[in-house]
Amino acid sequence: MPTQLKAADTEHRTPEETAEVALSGVTRRFSSPRGETLALAGLDLAAAHGEVLSVVGPSGCGKSTLLELVAGLSEPDAGSVAVAGATAREGRLAACAYMPQRDLLLPWRSALTNAALALEVQGERPAAARARAEPLFVRFGLADFARALPAELSGGMRQRVAFLRTLLAGRPVLLLDEPFAALDSITRAAMQEWLAEALAAEPRTVVLVTHDVREALFLGDRVAVLSPRPGRVVVELDVPFERPRRRRETVTDAAFAALEEQALAALEGSGR
Amino acid sequence: MTATSPPSDGRATRGEPRGTAAESTPEAAARPHRPAARAGALRRAGPPVLLVAAGLVAWQGVASLPAVDDLTLASPLETRAALGRDLPLLADAALVTLLEVVLGLALAVAFGAVTAIAMHLVHPLRQAAYPVLVASQAIPVVVLAPLFVLAFDYGLAPKLAIVALICFFPVTVNLLDGLGSVEPELRKLMRSLGASRLSTLRRVELPASLPSLFSGLRVAATVSVIGAVFGEWAGADAGLGRLVLLANNQLQTPRVYAGVVLLTLMAVALFVLVGLAERIAVPWRRAGRSEA
Repeated sequence: MPTQLKAADTEHRTPEETAEVALSGVTRRFSSPRGETLALAGLDLAAAHGEVLSVVGPSGCGKSTLLELVAGLSEPDAGSVAVAGATAREGRLAACAYMPQRDLLLPWRSALTNAALALEVQGERPAAARARAEPLFVRFGLADFARALPAELSGGMRQRVAFLRTLLAGRPVLLLDEPFAALDSITRAAMQEWLAEALAAEPRTVVLVTHDVREALFLGDRVAVLSPRPGRVVVELDVPFERPRRRRETVTDAAFAALEEQALAALEGSGR
Repeated sequence: MTATSPPSDGRATRGEPRGTAAESTPEAAARPHRPAARAGALRRAGPPVLLVAAGLVAWQGVASLPAVDDLTLASPLETRAALGRDLPLLADAALVTLLEVVLGLALAVAFGAVTAIAMHLVHPLRQAAYPVLVASQAIPVVVLAPLFVLAFDYGLAPKLAIVALICFFPVTVNLLDGLGSVEPELRKLMRSLGASRLSTLRRVELPASLPSLFSGLRVAATVSVIGAVFGEWAGADAGLGRLVLLANNQLQTPRVYAGVVLLTLMAVALFVLVGLAERIAVPWRRAGRSEA
């Protein structure tokens, strides 16, 4: 059993029953001709309504597997996954908006119609979908790029458009799978602040998966550190900073640095 | 609340506003200049034109050798003369053949699209039909052509059947590959967004398969003319293929060459037309390339 080291105080920890995302005893195996891989073994994790839960872990610890389970894109071999009260796969699919690591924008659609795709597949007419997506572009400072094709946009811009598409899906839970991993470090830093502000403006329950400890702490209300495969929660850390945070002030704070040290130590410790 | 600060990536793209105000739209900045594109087209046309010119000169040289029989090889000048002299005859025949080719291609695209989409959507059908599809390409059409004429009579039908049969394979296989080329991640995303199977087909897989479809169409366009000629050789009362066959029997070699030149031009013109259609239907491909 994993030792659940609670770093900060546990008084405001949400009880299980109000959790919007709850995984308990989740095990997931993959079989291949070379044998069986245990991706997750008895994982317990929960995110409360409106909470940003960061999940950080080494490469190949089953982070993406975890998101796909929550999203209803796959089923656990043991244990249960519940999202907004739904444990059935269809229910989880309907409650989650999943943002993959790559933007996956359709090259023949403009930024605006790419985002509006989320509404179109739900049966909205293209013109109505565009009309509903447009205000979001204005609000998030992307109005000038609404008509541009993805090939004309930088990596950071494409990622913003992909995020708006995720928001427009209109689901209570956002699942972000290493959303900035493909970006250079300067762009990534700018995107983290942008996302923090976007989430302050459009509050959702978020599960953010990343291998970047600082990103996990900067964006999350809580950070769960996973062990290498098979993934288990090594430690959960509360991040007691008001959101949205400003990057410069936050990362230079002594308390933030201490948390970062703690998370890194947990990552290293779990590797042995 | 105005949610966020204006975007400021470290990396600047064309047209991305640096600082406060956006002066130009990204579209205006990103489109390539037209005159430059035209100069590029001219430069690309240069080498093939030179090669053809060199070929013509060599052809004329060989045909002018005293050892070369005029009945075996008509020179470019003789061919040109035949083209001018027999133009009404050739033009009438060319129209007949062109109709066979275009209708046959249309049939191939219609049947090919239905087949490819059905095979894409129904996995067992794909497994069952793929070997049959490959076999359809291995059929020696030359042998089939007379049978088609027996079955469908001398008119347009057997030619259409042959052209369609020849073009069916490249169209279907390329479209099927294109439909299957969509990355699994994208399918997952569509499922998560709540898209139905048909919605994914319509909004993602079909547009994504267009470049592949056009590759198939380019191959089909060039072989379609060959198909029409086979069809006419098996039995016809009009068309360029029939004209060439007759002229050959009558030892009118320059007319044979003139017919062959027209058939070649037809295939090349179709190929170019498919390319133009692709540029209109798949504009994002060029956008992607100019970025790279």
